Amino acid sequence: MITAGIDMGAKNLKVVILRDGQVIASSLIRVGFDTQEALDEGLQHALAEVGLSKGDIQRVVATGAGRNSVPGADDAVTEVRADSAGITHISPTIRTVIDVGAEEGRAVRCNAQGKVVDFAINEKCAAGAGAFTEAMARALEVPLEELGALSLKSQQTVPMNAQCAVFAESEVVSLIHARTSKEDIARAVHDAIASRITSMARRVGVEKDVALVGGVARNKGFVDSLRRDLDMDILVPPDPEFVGALGAALIAAQGA
Amino acid sequence: MAETTDVMRWQTKPLECWRLAKEIREQYYRNYAQAREKGGLRWVGGAWSFGAIPCGLGDDVYGLTSEPYGATIAFNKDLALECQEAAEKYGFARDLCSYMRNYWGSVLLNKYAWGGPFPKPDFVWQDHICCSHAKWYQVVSELEGGIPYFCIDVAVGPYHERTDSRVEYMVGQMHDGIQWLEKITGRRYDDEKLIEAVKNEIRCTSLWAEICTLNKAVPAPLDEKSMYSLYVHLVLNRYTPEVVSFYQTLRDEVKDRVANQIAACPTERCRLMTDTQPPWAFLKIFRYMESYGAVSIGSLYTYGLMGIYDDQPDGSWGAKVTPMERGVAIKTRDQALRAYAEWTLAKPLWQHFYNPALKSRMMARLAREWQVNGVLLHYNRGCEGLSIGIAENRLALLKEGFPVMPFEGNMGDEREFDDTRVMSRIDTFMETLGLRKLY
Repeated sequence: MITAGIDMGAKNLKVVILRDGQVIASSLIRVGFDTQEALDEGLQHALAEVGLSKGDIQRVVATGAGRNSVPGADDAVTEVRADSAGITHISPTIRTVIDVGAEEGRAVRCNAQGKVVDFAINEKCAAGAGAFTEAMARALEVPLEELGALSLKSQQTVPMNAQCAVFAESEVVSLIHARTSKEDIARAVHDAIASRITSMARRVGVEKDVALVGGVARNKGFVDSLRRDLDMDILVPPDPEFVGALGAALIAAQGA
Repeated sequence: MAETTDVMRWQTKPLECWRLAKEIREQYYRNYAQAREKGGLRWVGGAWSFGAIPCGLGDDVYGLTSEPYGATIAFNKDLALECQEAAEKYGFARDLCSYMRNYWGSVLLNKYAWGGPFPKPDFVWQDHICCSHAKWYQVVSELEGGIPYFCIDVAVGPYHERTDSRVEYMVGQMHDGIQWLEKITGRRYDDEKLIEAVKNEIRCTSLWAEICTLNKAVPAPLDEKSMYSLYVHLVLNRYTPEVVSFYQTLRDEVKDRVANQIAACPTERCRLMTDTQPPWAFLKIFRYMESYGAVSIGSLYTYGLMGIYDDQPDGSWGAKVTPMERGVAIKTRDQALRAYAEWTLAKPLWQHFYNPALKSRMMARLAREWQVNGVLLHYNRGCEGLSIGIAENRLALLKEGFPVMPFEGNMGDEREFDDTRVMSRIDTFMETLGLRKLY
């Protein structure tokens, strides 16, 4: 059985194609104004990898912020359920999954069957989401991809007090003028996000094992900060931004 | 179980007294607006103020309670925005009580939510239940040209800690208030009218508790969205015989619905409860949840804002026995005021101003006895008074085993409610409760 999971995120569209429960293709496309165009392109990329066409897909399940605007999907599930299904497939011992995407952070506690027990969503504060790192990378004039590695070279902890992404940016500017090193500022940024994410995760009760998924899990500096803040090891799967799409594809395979 | 179809699990029918409920409410707002034409007086004050007391001035004295008025404005998104912008333009901060800002905006714009200019009050009759209430009518008095303002302080602690001296503190203020009313209106005060009004209020608030207790039935005869239109008379004019009669009619109808398993929500599969004032401009969330078969059966807010409860002989929560039923004499002004203070202090929603644990205990009890499967907590940015301690309540409910979904919003300021995100969060919560959309 061939199924597809489509995660229409705030910034990127992720597609995962499964054949009999195994991942055979995936793609990631930036979502612009035209979501339909991104959807067509994303599916086309993934299907082309394995020489399939849309007609070969037997079931499609959508997830993500734009899950209800995926035409042709057989079902739509929330990011929380998709994350839970995806991560417990990758690592069945995971009980807490933290997902930090471009515009939203969420923490999900699940049981051994992958069922969601509790969840929390940070949906109103950019200071706990990927968009914050992008803004800070711009302020530091550092490519986003390098921000994580840069922060790992930090020699000292610099507190960042602002609770808001907008004010944090002005705080970064102040730190720059105070001749604080870019490495230390980068770490301060990641520590600040980690602090917000940890607080949210603790609201649902952090139970081991813990996984971090979503695009921001690619940022090694943030992962380091989060590990320190939670004071525990965190599993980061190989393709963390695809976990939601994987979960959706798995749910499609279950026919749920 | 009265099965109908797969989706529509229960029989349902509209409430027969629905139209009457609407008519009484409209009449209340018209009466206030037209009071002067009848040679009467107008007073304004909070919905929790001791509204039975001005009744002693005569039958032509009409009140306008501010919170339901603020909610009425909130329901009208365009008017609400106009009022909020007027209040902000005047210089009031955006994070103040949103009912208060709606009310002030309506005064500043000189625009009555029921049409025409804002009817000018003759005096303010207020009580002091939260920080906002302390200032609300000070500003109103100033905006209305310095109209007389009387406020009763009710901060005497939770009901279970009451003492004679604490009750006396309130009764003393009420006596002072009556003298003040006579002085500023020039009218002679009628104790018989006071006694009847106090008894009416006690009857109404007891009847409402009885009605809410009937909602323990499965399927629930009433849903919370409808209950908002039914409890409103308790915060408008609960001291009138007309409203007593309405609640007797409603109680009888709800009893009949329970006996015949007439559901408020024909899809009921899951019972939820909420907390605090809802985001009035977005009551559609209740109907949305019903598409999953989830009905909100009420809340401590809907039940306990005005309903007065007590432990029943079988250990359950139900309507408190009234002083009249207990044979307490209410024949003099002092007896009426004492009974009034004693009764009102038992109001569930007053208790948690003193400690969130008191609210948690009542919420957990409600969830258990009303067979609730999940709880929605509104982190209501528009009302600090009733939102205080909600995070503590969440933890307590989780500990009791109830799934909880918090969401942020504002009862009166729609700018602080993210429609799409809240709906998405509800989808997630429904999923975690194992529910799928039925339609």
